Amino acid sequence: MRVDLALIAGMIAPGSRVLDIGCSDGTLIDYLFRQQKCDARGLELDMAAVTQAVTHGLPVMQGDADTDLATYPDGAFDYVVLSRTLQAVEKPREVLRQMLRIGTHAIVSFPNFGHWRLRLQLLLTGRMPMTKTWHRMWFETPNIHPCTIRDFFALCATDGYKVEEWLAADDEGARAPWRRSPSLANVFGEQGLFLLRKA
Amino acid sequence: MDQSGIFPETEHQAVIFDDGLALDCGRRLRTLTVAYRTYGRLNDARSNAVLICHALTGDQYVAEENPVTGKPGWWDRLVGPGKPVDTGRFFVICANVLGGCMGSTGPRSPHDDRPDQPWGTEFPTVTINDMVRAQKRLVDHLGIDKLFAVIGGSMGGMQVLAWAAMYPNAVFAAVPIAAAAYHSAQNIAFHEIGRQAIAADPCFHGGRYWSEGVKPERGLAVARMTAHITYVSEAALTRKFGRKIQDAAELSSLGDRFEVESYLNYQGSSFVRRFDANSYLTITRAMDLFDIAADHDGQLAKAFAGTRTRFLLVSFSSDWLFPTAQSRAIARALNQVAANVSFVEIISDKGHDAFLLDEPDLFRVLSGFIAGCAEHAGLA
Repeated sequence: MRVDLALIAGMIAPGSRVLDIGCSDGTLIDYLFRQQKCDARGLELDMAAVTQAVTHGLPVMQGDADTDLATYPDGAFDYVVLSRTLQAVEKPREVLRQMLRIGTHAIVSFPNFGHWRLRLQLLLTGRMPMTKTWHRMWFETPNIHPCTIRDFFALCATDGYKVEEWLAADDEGARAPWRRSPSLANVFGEQGLFLLRKA
Repeated sequence: MDQSGIFPETEHQAVIFDDGLALDCGRRLRTLTVAYRTYGRLNDARSNAVLICHALTGDQYVAEENPVTGKPGWWDRLVGPGKPVDTGRFFVICANVLGGCMGSTGPRSPHDDRPDQPWGTEFPTVTINDMVRAQKRLVDHLGIDKLFAVIGGSMGGMQVLAWAAMYPNAVFAAVPIAAAAYHSAQNIAFHEIGRQAIAADPCFHGGRYWSEGVKPERGLAVARMTAHITYVSEAALTRKFGRKIQDAAELSSLGDRFEVESYLNYQGSSFVRRFDANSYLTITRAMDLFDIAADHDGQLAKAFAGTRTRFLLVSFSSDWLFPTAQSRAIARALNQVAANVSFVEIISDKGHDAFLLDEPDLFRVLSGFIAGCAEHAGLA
């Protein structure tokens, strides 16, 4: 399992009700069911990934975070997970609002656009940065809403979400040692991972 | 009256309920016959039963040679030893629907008041819910409290939804394939063409064709031909036939010219040999009346409030009769009650009929879903 998924799983209490948005082939929900006895379900846009997940017996439905979250009732889940997908949705703020409406907790991870490598490339070349994470040209990238770790903190403050836990991680998803300082994490963390609840 | 001159009589395995069945229309059938087939063995805990629901013109011979047509079971790709619905593991039940013509009570059965004659068009209006009530009687009769799964496509999928809505505690897993929560205006319109074609056949005799020793074969064939077009996609028709013209001595406006015409004519003529026109009228009407939300204040989600059933919804990308949007609407309604739902659209150019055809993704998805459910049900 991807290291960042393991970090996410570590934030989820055993036996919880979980919705994984953008669950891909369902690796996380499979793990949560088998290892943590969770009632874990998935929502995934890509039909091939959905077919793969359902073929493995996992409860995954094809759907779109931007439109389908509105159909779930309030408080249906203990945790709603959105990993590496926030930057690709149409309305990130609304998706976040829906996550914390249908779930008690939201777990969000996203690639940090404030990382020093991106800043340096933009500064030196004047072109949109290209890295391992941000590897598609600006005109064809699905990542239409990049943000930095500090941007995300600011949105949580504006919309009244309590950051219960957060950490920065490197590209492979391993925890990076920047958890004391959002400013340092914003420079050196390749990904941000947040556990939120309504304040 | 003896119908043996008109229909080849085949003995069907059946159970008779002498207390009959109360119908949605307010009438009551005095006796209820449910013809059915089973495959595999019911386990000691009676927890491995799978009910298969057939579509409009299907029957109970899901996984064996059909005694009327001599053809393989209509879903024998899906049901059988080692198949996605593994009869080595599950006890599979399939019943002929109420209103059908393969042994269950229907328009060909003896009239309640004049047992020497068949019901014909006097057969009461039945609904999908009535069909499901009849199946429930059979399932109770077999001593099964809870079905492990109820699976069906098209009208069979409607029955699956009705099962989940009416008997939520008796259904562990539900698989409506290429289905809808109501029959659309367009679908009703196509059915009406079929019904009018039957009624317009001079051999229909107001539905009392048996008394004249004839069948409304032309009308029923036209009904089938129209319906068949709705079961396939334009892409599939183009792929199979295109504009290919058959060898013909001379061209005429009537008579097969394009290959697609003779294909449709074949579909029509083979159908009339096995299906009763009055059953066709009865069952198409039952489908038209289907609207789960209407029974629940217009809110589909209410039909499934509190459900513990695990759902798998499957649609096919080229199905314009029961399009993906219909399955998605059901999935969203199930989301509203936080139900456990999987939903897959399978990419296929075969149209609505894809659910009956060789679709490896359907088999894979269904196998996986069943395996996952069996694990959750402790059937591993």
